[in-house]
Amino acid sequence: MTARTTTTTSPAPANAAGASYTRVEGRDKVTGAARYAGEIPYADLAHGWLVLSTIARGRILSVESDPVREMPGVLAVLHHGNAPRVDSDYVGMLGKPDPIVEVFQHDRIPFVGWPVALVVAETSEQAREAAEALVVRYEEETHDVAFSSAHPGTYTPDGDGMLIEKGDLEAELAASTHVVDHEYTTPEEHHGSMEPHAAMARWDSGRLEIVDSNQGSGWVADELAKLFSLDPDSVRVRSEHVGGAFGSKGVRVHQILAVMAATQLDRPVRVVITRRQLFSLTGYRSPTAQRVRLGADADGRLRAVDHQAHSLTSTVHEFVETSAGFGRPMYASDAHRSVNRVVRLDVPTPTFMRAPGEAPGSFALESALDELAEKCGMDPIALRARNEPDVGPVSGLPFASRNLLAAYREGARRFGWADRDPRPGVRREGRWLLGTGTASATFPVIVAPSTAAVTAEADGTFTVRVNAADVGTGARTALTLIAAEALEVPRERVHVRIGDSDFGPAAISGGSMGTRSWGWAVRVAVTELREQLALGGDIPPQGITVRSDTSAAVGALAQKERHSFGAQFAEVGVDVATGEVRVRRMLGIFAAGKIVNPLTARSQFVGGMTWGLSMALHEEAHRDQATGGHVGADFAGYHFAANADVPVIEADWVEDTDADDPVGIKGIGEIGIVGAAAAIANAVWHATGVRHRNLPIRPDRVLSAGGALDA
Amino acid sequence: MREFGYERASDVPGALALLGAAPDARVLGGGTNLVDLMKTGVERPGLLVDVRELPLDRIEVTDDGGLRIGATVTNSDLAVDPEVRRRYPALAEAVLAGASGQLRNMATVGGNLLQRTRCGYFADLSKPCNKREPGSGCPAVTGEHHNHAILGATEHCVAVHPSDMGVALAAFDAVVSYETAEGTGELPLADFYLAVGSTPHLETALPSGALITAITLPPAPVAARSRYRKVRERASYAFAIGSIAAALDVRDGVVHEVRLAFGAVASRPWRAWAAERALTGGPATAEAFAAAADAELAAAQTLPDNGYKVTLMRNLVVALLTELTEEASR
Repeated sequence: MTARTTTTTSPAPANAAGASYTRVEGRDKVTGAARYAGEIPYADLAHGWLVLSTIARGRILSVESDPVREMPGVLAVLHHGNAPRVDSDYVGMLGKPDPIVEVFQHDRIPFVGWPVALVVAETSEQAREAAEALVVRYEEETHDVAFSSAHPGTYTPDGDGMLIEKGDLEAELAASTHVVDHEYTTPEEHHGSMEPHAAMARWDSGRLEIVDSNQGSGWVADELAKLFSLDPDSVRVRSEHVGGAFGSKGVRVHQILAVMAATQLDRPVRVVITRRQLFSLTGYRSPTAQRVRLGADADGRLRAVDHQAHSLTSTVHEFVETSAGFGRPMYASDAHRSVNRVVRLDVPTPTFMRAPGEAPGSFALESALDELAEKCGMDPIALRARNEPDVGPVSGLPFASRNLLAAYREGARRFGWADRDPRPGVRREGRWLLGTGTASATFPVIVAPSTAAVTAEADGTFTVRVNAADVGTGARTALTLIAAEALEVPRERVHVRIGDSDFGPAAISGGSMGTRSWGWAVRVAVTELREQLALGGDIPPQGITVRSDTSAAVGALAQKERHSFGAQFAEVGVDVATGEVRVRRMLGIFAAGKIVNPLTARSQFVGGMTWGLSMALHEEAHRDQATGGHVGADFAGYHFAANADVPVIEADWVEDTDADDPVGIKGIGEIGIVGAAAAIANAVWHATGVRHRNLPIRPDRVLSAGGALDA
Repeated sequence: MREFGYERASDVPGALALLGAAPDARVLGGGTNLVDLMKTGVERPGLLVDVRELPLDRIEVTDDGGLRIGATVTNSDLAVDPEVRRRYPALAEAVLAGASGQLRNMATVGGNLLQRTRCGYFADLSKPCNKREPGSGCPAVTGEHHNHAILGATEHCVAVHPSDMGVALAAFDAVVSYETAEGTGELPLADFYLAVGSTPHLETALPSGALITAITLPPAPVAARSRYRKVRERASYAFAIGSIAAALDVRDGVVHEVRLAFGAVASRPWRAWAAERALTGGPATAEAFAAAADAELAAAQTLPDNGYKVTLMRNLVVALLTELTEEASR
C-alpha cells in the first residue's frame, strides 16, 4: 500500500479517545485467529450452493432436480416448488423489504441472477457440482436493461426528498450572466467486499441461530423473525467479524435460504454467496445520469442550482440513488431545484453503496461548479466561498456546525493551491500533462436510537455489550476508547462485545451513524454506572450492569442541518498519447466532528478517497444488453484501483465542534469518497483542457475526447 | 467438484506418453490461467500433466548469439535473466508488464503462449461464445467489445490474445520448438497462431498431443535497443488495451532496421510487417512513424466501441519510435 498518512501516533493520555490505537482485534485478524462467517466449523454442517437465473425476464417452467438429487452428497434441492413459505408482507427497519426476500416463493424471474434453486450437500464441492449440473427451463420474455435519462419509463417517485424546489428557477437562470448546463454520468458500480456474504443457520433448543456477516445483527434478526413468522426472541443473529460491507450486508438471500434449508434438513446449513453471484444478489450502485444547471452573476454568486438526477431500479422494488440531494446543504442560491427520478428495468435492485446519493451527486455538482468557476474566471475555492450559506440553503435551518471553508483553507495551504496556475493544458512533464483539481464533500450526520449495557465486573474490568457491527472500520476499538474515556479507566480494562442481536436494539453500521449512535448509548450507560459505583459498596460476582436506551434523547434532538464537510484535492498526470490518467497525490481535509481514534479514522478517510479515485478512473460494471446480465462479473473484469494506482493519499481534519451536540461524534464512514471523483475529473480538465463528464475516465474516453491531446 | 486426473511428468517422453494416452489431457505449467478456467468450467480436462519438473527451465545463449528459452522457465526468471535484459530488453519489459509478482513466479513461458483470451463472454458459461462452443455465436460483436480486436478478427470472434510476452517474441522472430511422440518440430511464432476465420476455437498450429519445449530467439542486434509499452485501464493487474514492442536501429537519421509488434489488437500478437516495410530505409521522423502506423492500421476493422485503438496504436508507434530515436542520438 502506498497510501501514506500524515500524522503518526503521538503521545497522548493513556486512555483518551483522540489518541491513536490499533484495533483491539487486530492481532486476531492478522494471525487468522479471527473467524469469519464462512469459515467457522460446525458439527454436521451442510452446504448450500445457489443456482441463479440466466434469463432477465420470464418465468421458470421447470427445475429438473431429480437427476441432481442422485448426485453424491446431495441432501436437498430447494426451489419455488418446494420451499417453505415466508411472509414478506411486513415493514422492516428500511420499510417494505426488497422482494428478493421472496426467494423461491413464485416462478417469476425479474433479472439475470435471480435465485432459482439452492442445492444442499454434505460438502461445498458436492453442492457446487450438483448446482452446476442442475437444469432449469424458462419461458423467456423480452427484457429492457438499457438505462438512460431519456428512458420513457422514467418517473419521479413519491416520498420525502425526491423533489425540492425553492424560488423561480427559470427566471433566475434567465437572469444569470453565466450558465452551466451539462449531463454527467456515472456507471453501475459494485461494492463486493473482501469477505463474501455468508450465513450459517441452525436450530438450537428451539432457537434459530444464525452466524452471519452483516451490518446489523438486530436488523437481520428482526426481518428473519418477521419473514418466518417467529417470535423475535427465538431468533439470534451473530456477526463478530465482518470483512467489509459498504451497504451490501443487510438481509440477503443467503440468510433466508440457510434458514429454509436448516429447517427442512434439521441440521446446520451454511450458504456462501460467491464473488460472481454477488453481482446480482447483494445490491450495487445504480448508474446515474445527472443534468446540472447552474446560473450565476458575473461575480460567481449563484442565482440558480438545478440538479436532475436519474437512476434505475428493478421491476420489483423501488430503490432510488438520491444523487440530487447532495447540493441541498451546500451552497446559497436564489433558486434551487433538485429532483431524483428513476426508471424500472429488468435488473437487480440497487442498494445503498458507500455515500449513496452523495458519491455520484458530488461528481456531477462539483464538476459543474468547476465549469462555472472557469466561466466566471474565478478560483474554484473562491467560488465556493462566495456561495457559502449562513443557514441551510433549502431548509433555512441553522447548521449544527459547518467548517467547509476551514477545511478548504487548511487543504489549500497544505496542497499548495495558492501557487496554482488556473490555465488548463499548460503543464507538461515528459509524456504527462499535469493538473490539479478540488471539490467539496459532505455527508449528513445521522443517529439512530441504540441500547447498550455496561457491566462493572468484580475483577475491576468493564464489559460493554452493544449490538454494534464492526465492518472493518475499527468500531469495536472506537467503542472501547469511548467507554474507557467515559469510565476514566485504561482501555485495557474495557472489553467490548458486539455483533449479537441478543444485546438488544442498536443502530446498524450504515449511513455513517454507527459510532455516533452506539457511542452515545455507551456513554449514557457509563454515566449511570458511575453514579451507581460512586455510592460505594462491593461489586457482586455477577457484576453491576447498567443498561441505556437513547430513544428519547435521539427523538429530542433539535432540528438542525447536521453534516460533515470536507475539501478534496487531487493532482493528476494525463498521457496525451495513450489516454492514461494517473493520480499523483490526493489530500482530503475534513470537518467531521470529534475524531475518536485518529489511526482508524484516517484509514476510513483514505479508504474512501481511494474508492473515489477508483470511481473516477476504473470502476464500471458492464451489462450485456442482449442477455441482460453482466460481462466480466468478477474482480478481473470489474476493475478497481490496484495498489499501483494509489499514490500518496493524505487525510486530516480540522476542528469541528458543536457545543449543543450531546455526542460530538459525527461519523466518517462515507464522506471520504464524496467529492473525490470530482476533484480528479477537475484535475484532468486542468491538465488537458478537456472536460470529462462520464465516469470512469477511461483511456479510450480520453483518447476519443481529443482537445488538448493534439497539442 | 469435477474430478480430473493429475500426473507429474519427470521427463519429456513421459509427459508425451501421458498426453498421448488421454485425448482430454492438458499440460499444466504454472496453472495461472488453466486452473482459473477449470474453476469456472470453461476448461474441463480429464487429466492434467504437470510439466514443471521437466528439465526445460534453462535460458541458454545459442551458438549464433540468440537465446533458447526453455518452456518451463518462469516469467519471473525470464524477466531478470541478464542475457534477456541485455539482448532483448523489450522482452523483459513485456514480461514485467504482465500479471503480478506472484503470478509471474508461477507462470511459464510455454503456458504464456497458450493462455486463453480474457474476453468476458468466453469466460462466462451462461453466454454464447464461438471460441468456447463453436457455432454458438459471438455476442461481443454487438455487445461489450471496447477491448476487442481491430485486426484480423472476423464476425465469428473478435477476442484478443492477452499475452504481453508474446508481443515481444513476435517482434523478435521467435521460433517455438515442440515435441510429439513422432519427434520434434518447430513453428515460427508468425505461424504458431491460426487465423480466426470461422474456427476461432482452433487457436494454434501445434499438433495434437504436442508439448512445447523451448522458444528460440534468433540473434537480433536491433533488439538491444528495444522497448515495450503497455496501456491498460489501471496501472497494474490488468490486461492491455493496446501494447507495443519496438526495436529501432537508426543510422544518420535513416531507419536501418525496425521491429514492431502490437498487443491487444488481434487474436494473436500482431507483427506490424507493413509498418516495418514502410519505415525501413526511410527517415526516422515523427511523420514517417505516423505514416508507417497508418500503413499497418489501414487494415483495421473497428467496432462501435473499439475504434480508439487505431488512434492508440498510432500514438504508441510514434511515441515509442520517437523515444528510441532520441535515445540513439544521445
